[in-house]
Amino acid sequence: MRRMLMAAALALSASAAMAQTSQIRIGLQDDIGTLDPARSVQFVDRIVFASLCNSLVDITPDLKIVPMLATSWTTSADGKTLTFKLRQGVKFQDGEPFNAAAVKANIDRAMTLPTSNRKSELASIDHVDAIDANTVAFVLKQPDAALLATLSDRAGMMLSPKTFADAAGVATHPVCSGPYKFVQRVQNDRVVLEKFDGYWDAAKYPIQRITFLPIPDATVRLANLRSGSLDMLERVAPSDVNAVKGDANLKLVSTPGLGYYYVTFNINNGSRGNAALRDKRVREAFDLSIDRDAINQVIGAGIFPPANQPLPKSSPYFDAALPAPHRDVAKAKALLKAAGHEHVDVEFTYPNNTVASQIVQMLQAMVGEAGFNLKLRPTDYAAQLNAAHSGDFQAMYLGWSGRVDPDCNLHQFNTCAGNLNYGKYCNAEVDKLLDAARVKLTVADRKAQYDAAAKVLADEDPNVYIYIQPWPYVLSNKVQGFTPYPDGLIRLRGVSIKG
Amino acid sequence: MLRIIANRLLVAVPTLILVSMLIFGLQKLLPGDPVMAMAGEDQDPQLIASLRAKYHLDEPVPTQYVLWVKDVLHGNLGVSLRTDVPVTSLIEQKLPVTIQLAVMGMIFAIGIGIPAGVISAASRGGPLDYGANILALSGMSIPNFWLGIMLIFLVSVRWHLLPSSGYVSPSEDFWLSIKTMLMPAFVLGAALGAQLMRHTRSAMLSVLRTDYIRTARAKGLLRATVVVKHGFRNALIPIVTVLALLFGELLAGAVLTEQVFTIPGFGKLIVDAVFNRDYAVVQGVVLVTALSFIVVNLFADVLYIVLNPRMRRS
Repeated sequence: MRRMLMAAALALSASAAMAQTSQIRIGLQDDIGTLDPARSVQFVDRIVFASLCNSLVDITPDLKIVPMLATSWTTSADGKTLTFKLRQGVKFQDGEPFNAAAVKANIDRAMTLPTSNRKSELASIDHVDAIDANTVAFVLKQPDAALLATLSDRAGMMLSPKTFADAAGVATHPVCSGPYKFVQRVQNDRVVLEKFDGYWDAAKYPIQRITFLPIPDATVRLANLRSGSLDMLERVAPSDVNAVKGDANLKLVSTPGLGYYYVTFNINNGSRGNAALRDKRVREAFDLSIDRDAINQVIGAGIFPPANQPLPKSSPYFDAALPAPHRDVAKAKALLKAAGHEHVDVEFTYPNNTVASQIVQMLQAMVGEAGFNLKLRPTDYAAQLNAAHSGDFQAMYLGWSGRVDPDCNLHQFNTCAGNLNYGKYCNAEVDKLLDAARVKLTVADRKAQYDAAAKVLADEDPNVYIYIQPWPYVLSNKVQGFTPYPDGLIRLRGVSIKG
Repeated sequence: MLRIIANRLLVAVPTLILVSMLIFGLQKLLPGDPVMAMAGEDQDPQLIASLRAKYHLDEPVPTQYVLWVKDVLHGNLGVSLRTDVPVTSLIEQKLPVTIQLAVMGMIFAIGIGIPAGVISAASRGGPLDYGANILALSGMSIPNFWLGIMLIFLVSVRWHLLPSSGYVSPSEDFWLSIKTMLMPAFVLGAALGAQLMRHTRSAMLSVLRTDYIRTARAKGLLRATVVVKHGFRNALIPIVTVLALLFGELLAGAVLTEQVFTIPGFGKLIVDAVFNRDYAVVQGVVLVTALSFIVVNLFADVLYIVLNPRMRRS
């Protein structure tokens, strides 16, 4: 009898273990916004999309563009036609075939849907031609070097066009062509995906089921991982990094991302700006008084790489010639003096979260030594956006989650009419260089433009970069084969769970 | 009795109108724009303009209010600006979760607070009284979120006894649902139980001082009979009043508890909605909350009449 019971118990635990090997539970920092790639604005949405949807192209950890739904592509000599050869035999999760007509339908939708958030990303496209079933041409208004990278993200994600008729349905029950299909979403609670057996690369995805659980509190997220309720989490709090390193059951995997945190100055946006900060010497003094290594060690637990430009080192466009950021209080004081100031009072707006609060307090102390008197003004996200657009700030600490192509990290922040140029910094030469980089076709040609712009920007300091946003993940030891990417997305190709 | 209920319901209507106007107006005073929050970090100006028109946010506030009230009267609370889900279905999804948390929290509060209050009043000045008072004081002074995180660390991470957070519907797995809710309900109930204990104690003390209690004792009735049957029943009126008022605190407490334990209920819904300036959701949730508060207090009024026969005549 006892033996039989033991055998039954063993069988039970074995089947439990098997059931466990096939599923992964991932803790996210925020709840998902919308599940329609054309309308999504939040970062965490993209983590779900990485398993749910396929884009035309994908990136490698060193930011090269590689095939996904498109197997190859060519750019015409004038740079105004981008032609893709599509992967054959691909099916959407509702069984519909993926082909050139589907690509055209998706891009048309992303460009015309009234609430589409992809319009500006796709603005260079004039129209899309389905040449034959497996060939599609993007005809552009002007050459757009960033387009290919843009198509590796939400703008290039392909949904089953059959679902477009029901506009709300796309967001609540998306049908894509990715390795996992949508099962269920409970707002603020979970998103569940299940393996799509008809996926063209299904053999490389051992995990059967993914549950994404938004748990905004980083401490609670980690507690869930430790108690076994999660298998993996994204964005561990830097203050927990050492505890994770000391736990034999957990692994920390961190990589520098594409995004960055920076201080922007209100140079010419309305009347609320600070006259002193219009002088580039004052901005340089601010820059020189910051010790980024100290911020990295004290607040970042060593995972906040100091930044001197808005690009990560993994980018082919990173300008290695720019001097590494260093602190020089004496020079900062001298610069302030030369600009005619002993002290400069600055109202400093920042988002009211734990890490940002710690960083601005450290900044306050550091720049204080050079003569800046920061008056801290915390805001929530929505209020900060308002202040940024309306110019209701003197200096502001904020972040940008970053994009694969350097254009998206530079152009809109530094050109005169740039949409995210909150301080309204304007320099015709920078505009010319960054505009030119958009239409050059080779990496070398574009890099030359970016390097020249970087030189001007480093001299004028409209934005002072603090650190490159890292993507720190914590994994249970059971999770194997995970590779972090600079875009922060969780790709489960080759990831498995050992029982 | 019916007249009393009808009267209360009549009063509820202007209350609800006032609440809706207040929340509508106050929200618009907040700095920050829902459309900018919706447009994400790209802040595409074209998109911002089209969204503003779509949700009538370019109209004057009174017009927006009238449009909203019109929809509400047709049973339509609008659509979440952020997720496109109708507010009514969000409420349908989240309300049962918070009701479960509130009911279980209330059970903890009543289960701890009332017996502790009765016992401490009955043994006034004794060690039991001091013990109960110390418990009550710590219950009131320990912050909700701290107690929650400590419990997660001890009970879930260290001892692996209960799930650390999240929510399971009772229809999916009843026992797991109860187990998942135990810690959050305890955290929520502990603070309220402490307050309830203090109120029960003082209500009991004033009843126990009355003449009829002395008479009952003099008759030689059992101590327990005197305390429970004669004392406690008469102390119930103020306790019911406090309970109905505590319901409001329960809903407020649920906001924090739901954040700590990641429970997808009303509290989390409204916090997220406020941060995203998701006006439709905030308005819908506040309206339903106000309504449920009114209903609970109405229920308390009816309960007075059941508990106190004298009120039936007046």
